[in-house]
Amino acid sequence: MSVIKVQHISKNFGALKAVDDLSFEVQEGQVFGFLGQNGSGKSTTIRMLLSLIHPSSGSIEIFGKSLAHHRNEILEQVGAIIERPDLYPYLSAQEHLQLFAKVRKQKIEKAAVQNTLEKVGLANRATDKVQTFSLGMKQRLGIAIALVHNPRLIILDEPTNGLDPQGIADIRRLIQYLSKEEGKTVFVSSHLLSEIEQVASQLLIIHKGKKMVEGNTKDLLDPQKRIVQIKSTNDELALQVIVAGSFSNYLLPRKEGVFLKIPTYEIPLLNESLIKAGVALLGIETKNSLEDYFLQITSNV
Amino acid sequence: MWSLISVELYKIFRRPRTYIAFGAIAALIVVIQLGLKIDGNSYAAFLMKDINDTLTVDGKVLNGYLICYILLQLLLVHVPLLVALIAADMLSGEANLGTLRLLFSTPYSRTQWVFAKFIAASVYTILLLIWLAFLALFVSMWVFGTDDLFLMKSNYVVLIEQNDVLWRYVGAFVFASFSLLTVTSLGFLMSSMANNSIGPIVGTMSAIVFFTILSTLNIPLFTMVKPYLFTTHMNNWKEFFDIKVNASNEALYGSILNIAKIKNSLWVLTLHIILFVSASIIIIKKKDILS
Amino acid sequence: MKKFIYIVCSILLLASTNVDAQTDPLIEKVAQKLALVNDYVAEGSMKTDVSFIKASLGKVKVYFKKPNLLKVKKDGGISLLPRGGVSLTINTLLNTKQYTTIPAGIQVINGKSLTVIKLIPTDDNLDWVISTLWIDPVEALVYKTATTTKENGSYEITMQYGAYAKYGLASKIIFSFNTKDYKLPNGITLEFGDEDPAAKQKAIKNKKGTIEITYNNYIINKGVPNSNF
Repeated sequence: MSVIKVQHISKNFGALKAVDDLSFEVQEGQVFGFLGQNGSGKSTTIRMLLSLIHPSSGSIEIFGKSLAHHRNEILEQVGAIIERPDLYPYLSAQEHLQLFAKVRKQKIEKAAVQNTLEKVGLANRATDKVQTFSLGMKQRLGIAIALVHNPRLIILDEPTNGLDPQGIADIRRLIQYLSKEEGKTVFVSSHLLSEIEQVASQLLIIHKGKKMVEGNTKDLLDPQKRIVQIKSTNDELALQVIVAGSFSNYLLPRKEGVFLKIPTYEIPLLNESLIKAGVALLGIETKNSLEDYFLQITSNV
Repeated sequence: MWSLISVELYKIFRRPRTYIAFGAIAALIVVIQLGLKIDGNSYAAFLMKDINDTLTVDGKVLNGYLICYILLQLLLVHVPLLVALIAADMLSGEANLGTLRLLFSTPYSRTQWVFAKFIAASVYTILLLIWLAFLALFVSMWVFGTDDLFLMKSNYVVLIEQNDVLWRYVGAFVFASFSLLTVTSLGFLMSSMANNSIGPIVGTMSAIVFFTILSTLNIPLFTMVKPYLFTTHMNNWKEFFDIKVNASNEALYGSILNIAKIKNSLWVLTLHIILFVSASIIIIKKKDILS
Repeated sequence: MKKFIYIVCSILLLASTNVDAQTDPLIEKVAQKLALVNDYVAEGSMKTDVSFIKASLGKVKVYFKKPNLLKVKKDGGISLLPRGGVSLTINTLLNTKQYTTIPAGIQVINGKSLTVIKLIPTDDNLDWVISTLWIDPVEALVYKTATTTKENGSYEITMQYGAYAKYGLASKIIFSFNTKDYKLPNGITLEFGDEDPAAKQKAIKNKKGTIEITYNNYIINKGVPNSNF
């Protein structure tokens, strides 16, 4: 069952297209990695999922219900942190959890507050005011707030922002725990592939508001498949050959350049087909990982 | 809804800024009371200069009731500025902090949040007014004692019997709560339009100062717009302290000279509150939360 | 020169004698009646009718003690009295005995034929300059006085009598006096942009300054402590 179903959503801020015809689905129990550079439209998409921003067009369904019509019902089962961990500086960690539990109509015992704070490693700072917290501590408290009402879907926007390597590893473990042990669906965004490739079962890369690539993480990171860039004098002709042949399934979307994720043994066949068709090949460049590809497509070159 | 209101109230009363207004009111009142306690008689003598030419006024003129009236005259003009400090920060302050997105991604509609926040801000306003009433009225009654209220207005003097005064103050404070709630709702409206606190706070204060000046200037051009300005009506709590007279110029116990004026002002203020809060809701509902 | 010496001598002589030179028998009669009262406490109600004052009917207590102590106290409230005027009731006027009288004919007021007598004080320290009394010669009761004071202007006192007429004590006293204009700047009263003055005029019906005390009962000669004055 799909927990999130986004169909053709777009968001325009004046002339700027922050999100452009984006569609994807997130299945129950998945850890869905939402990857993109800063300013790629990740946060705008997440804000639309939480009804903080109204989409210019398209539809969003969560738990099989339209977000536009069943907002409150849906948000009861959603916990989220959005971008920066902005909190009330004059309240303590404990007070934050108590307040948000109250908002969620949850009766929360002191022990449960302590337990949640322990989960995110803030138990020893429970009564300290947030204004004394580091960015990483705030981030962890934000996650604790998102979890306080035991939601079915957890949306984490850049949860490792400001965390040290240990903190990043802790968050990774927490996401894995939530998914595997508690069966939660986690939608997690990041601008670093390395941070989520280890936890996400599904990946979507967004660039300038458009979906660039989506697929199973294992599949996308499969060492048996290589990401290659066809460098030729005529990209149009090269594309025609690829689509006409049996290589179209391997084609990766890219505005400039021709990229394929192709099993290693098929690279010579591809080479042959291109030469036969008269494509003046400059080279077939092998990219080492999805990271290279991600950097390549999201670079401003 | 109650849980939202209690959360908002909790946040208001955990903020140090909240207590600035309570402290400011206490300081102002104590200073004025102290001044009047030490040198009040010369102030009263100055006020009664014209009267003393004709009449001898015998009794405790400078009693708690008159002190309270003097304090209200001075303070009810300035308390709106203190109310703006909190009310104009209710939405924009959270937008500035970035916490608005935390609130608006909970399973409550934005309308519910705006209402909860408005009610919480109103509770703050009313508490501020109760604090003002306690200090200005009850502390003055305790320090200066009570007697008839000898009120020197611009063109005439009203002598209200001691037993006929307290209910008028109750009425005046209820009326003042409408005035201040209008300020609260104006602050709220300003707050809904911005993503930082300073703009709406300064905007609300400026609007109050600007409209108050228009309301007090007796220039024919402004006279036309005066009845529609909420600041014109905010001061009409004073009407509770004007009394009817019969054919033989005898003041009628328990009467109010112009009750229609009070009712009219209450209507105008209520309409402003409804208008400002409704506009805030519409703006917030349409707004994309980008902060 | 002879004439000048004569005038100076006359003045010196007059100043040194200090006697109630000419006292009208009717005034004597009135004074005798009033002399029966050493002190009194009277309860009554007071109505203030001054153009710029809105005050309600108040309960008052009036204390009097020979020769000229008089105090009007409102029952636990603020009272407004004509400046210096109240202390100059008929008792306090006559009890000083420091005046000379000039008969001024007979006048009919409200169907009553009243003897008019003017009093001129012989003591420079007294506050009043001249007082005219309208007296009923039969009852020996003063129905009206008009007094001009040194510092507090002129005022009239009209009296009505009832149960205590035998002591010369009125059942109702009306003080009439001239009022000066009253105005406080808006900057002090903080009453900006107030309503039209027509409404104010309407609110205040009477332009005449009077204070009316109606006495309900007198407690006479039972002793009044000085602390009341």
